[in-house]
Amino acid sequence: MSTAEPPAAEPPIDSAALLAELAEDRPPPAGPWAQVGAAGVTGLIGLAGLILSARLGLGQLTAPGPGLWPFVVSVVITTLSVLLALTGRQGTDTEKFSRSSLTIATAVVTLVLLGLALPVIGFEIPSLLLTFVWLRCLGKESWRSSIVISLGTVVAFYLLFVLVLKIPLPRLI
Amino acid sequence: MDFLNPVLDGFGVVVQPANLLYCLAGVVIGMLIGVLPGLGPAATIAILLPVTYGVEPVSAIIMLAGIFYGAQYGGTITSVLLRLPGEASSVVTVFDGFALAKQGRAGTALGIAAIGSFIGGTVSIIGLTLLAPVVASVALDFGPPEYAALALFGVLLVATVGNGGRLKSVIAACLGLLLATVGRDTFTGADRFTFANLDLADGIDFVPIAMGLFGLGEILYNLEERQHKRQEPAKVSTVWPSRQDLRQSRGAIGRGSVIGFVLGVLPGGGATLSSLVAYAVEKRRAKEPERFGRGAIEGVAAPESANNAAATSSFIPLLTLGIPANATMALMFGALLIQGIPPGPQLVSEHPDLFWGVVNSMYVGNILLLIMSIPLVGVFVKILRIRPAVLAPITVLITLLGVYTVANRIFDVFLVIVFGVLGYLMKKFGFEPGPLVLAFVLGSVMEIAVRQSLLIFGGDVTGFFTRPISGTVLAVLILVLVLPVARQIRKSRQQSRPDKELV
Repeated sequence: MSTAEPPAAEPPIDSAALLAELAEDRPPPAGPWAQVGAAGVTGLIGLAGLILSARLGLGQLTAPGPGLWPFVVSVVITTLSVLLALTGRQGTDTEKFSRSSLTIATAVVTLVLLGLALPVIGFEIPSLLLTFVWLRCLGKESWRSSIVISLGTVVAFYLLFVLVLKIPLPRLI
Repeated sequence: MDFLNPVLDGFGVVVQPANLLYCLAGVVIGMLIGVLPGLGPAATIAILLPVTYGVEPVSAIIMLAGIFYGAQYGGTITSVLLRLPGEASSVVTVFDGFALAKQGRAGTALGIAAIGSFIGGTVSIIGLTLLAPVVASVALDFGPPEYAALALFGVLLVATVGNGGRLKSVIAACLGLLLATVGRDTFTGADRFTFANLDLADGIDFVPIAMGLFGLGEILYNLEERQHKRQEPAKVSTVWPSRQDLRQSRGAIGRGSVIGFVLGVLPGGGATLSSLVAYAVEKRRAKEPERFGRGAIEGVAAPESANNAAATSSFIPLLTLGIPANATMALMFGALLIQGIPPGPQLVSEHPDLFWGVVNSMYVGNILLLIMSIPLVGVFVKILRIRPAVLAPITVLITLLGVYTVANRIFDVFLVIVFGVLGYLMKKFGFEPGPLVLAFVLGSVMEIAVRQSLLIFGGDVTGFFTRPISGTVLAVLILVLVLPVARQIRKSRQQSRPDKELV
């Protein structure tokens, strides 16, 4: 809860301790290189925008071309990214990647696989597998509840999407 | 009293059984996600956007609005009972709400919060009813320069007042503006940034962006979060506050409602900021400020009244000017566009049934919430037993299958995944996705307004400053942006002085 800045000048002991505890639930800040890296990425996007929109044609102020508006926006992005790289290195608003970040990578892989399999073999089997993997491997649920919940979810989706709402999802059955 | 006729007709819209049902569905969903930490109202509304395609416009917006203000009620429950704010707007409620719960007065805190929320919400609806048509009628005369200035005002204020670093938020907003330019240029017909991809020719759709950044991004981010130490929910005995509690919090509820209403209207304000301000005001006014944080009932009453009032009044700029005041309102903007109804000053006159139907549904929704939150607190506490690990895969499936059903395009599913990963990375690197989505929504409006203005002015950029309304808006914007910077510089000078003396 990064919004939890107490507005009062002197927070009571209670709230200060609480905010610290809430912050503890997040990983520690990632350090200056993450800040510079982030600024680098947005800066590159800005530069790419500059070049591509200049190629589209800027036109005149009296007759703006298709590239003028994106060009102006890209100038702002590039300038602010440089500013961020120069002034923002001490910021603590980033989060370190940890071993649990690998969970996210696994999760994304399952999502991509679902997207690839969906048009080929329908939604039932990929959905079942995705729910099961998320429950068992990512959520550390027990075998029994993983099987029950994933089966239940897919059956519920089938009833809702296919039989009740009659939405044309690609499907096996 | 002619102006009241459309208002009364609006009640006719609300009492249609279907609309009542959608209102109930909205507030129940809102309450649920408010209770469950993790998904906020913005994420929920984003995930449910595909559902609204098949629904009547009035019903769809009634439901989405219900989710938004319902979440403000639900967030309180976890703040008080578990010391775990369900929503960002309920963080301050934890201080005194949980202290009261420890003293065995959880029921009092929840009761006062529900009553305060109800009064805050109702005051704000009345304000909305009176103010919105006036603003809309003034705004009917606005031309492109005024809209350009207002859109810029909205985007920059949301970026600078919101959470997170200012610089990063403005960068995120500009990236949103850039994304909005993908696709065919409406003026010249030139393809921009499509990389010869046919799926991008019509531009990127709002729905996959919102579902990815808010929905999937949030789910992925929460996957990584370390589990909170789970606390046994405090026992709730009687929920009815005593007469003395009511007397004690009367002033706080009143002030909270007004603060919430005013801050909710301003861009970048909204529920979270107003609850912080309302709490601070009560503490400053109190005769014994040391009571705060140890179970002062005003410390619950004020922020809860304020966040509900703000949730309601933030509809004003959206419904009257077509400028969303915060990220959730940007989603409402998208939902209205899906329904083929561009939000703006003409909304009140051209779609009075929608406008007044939605506004009046909030009375009904607030009554439903009051009914649900006092006797049914026990039921919602039980829901807290559901583990986040179980909810995550289900919400992911709803998101991915849901976005597919919008246009039966697998391309949209991959767009959601891409923007989901982007949303996760943005949060990891301290960028808020909110300003990006908001700027994306306003991007094409803003570009068209700027280019039309340039044509009107014959290429003279100073024209924006010489027209009275756009000039004033821009002057206020510059003031708002420069003041904090100036204050910071003065502060750091004052701070550096004693250091020098030491050396």
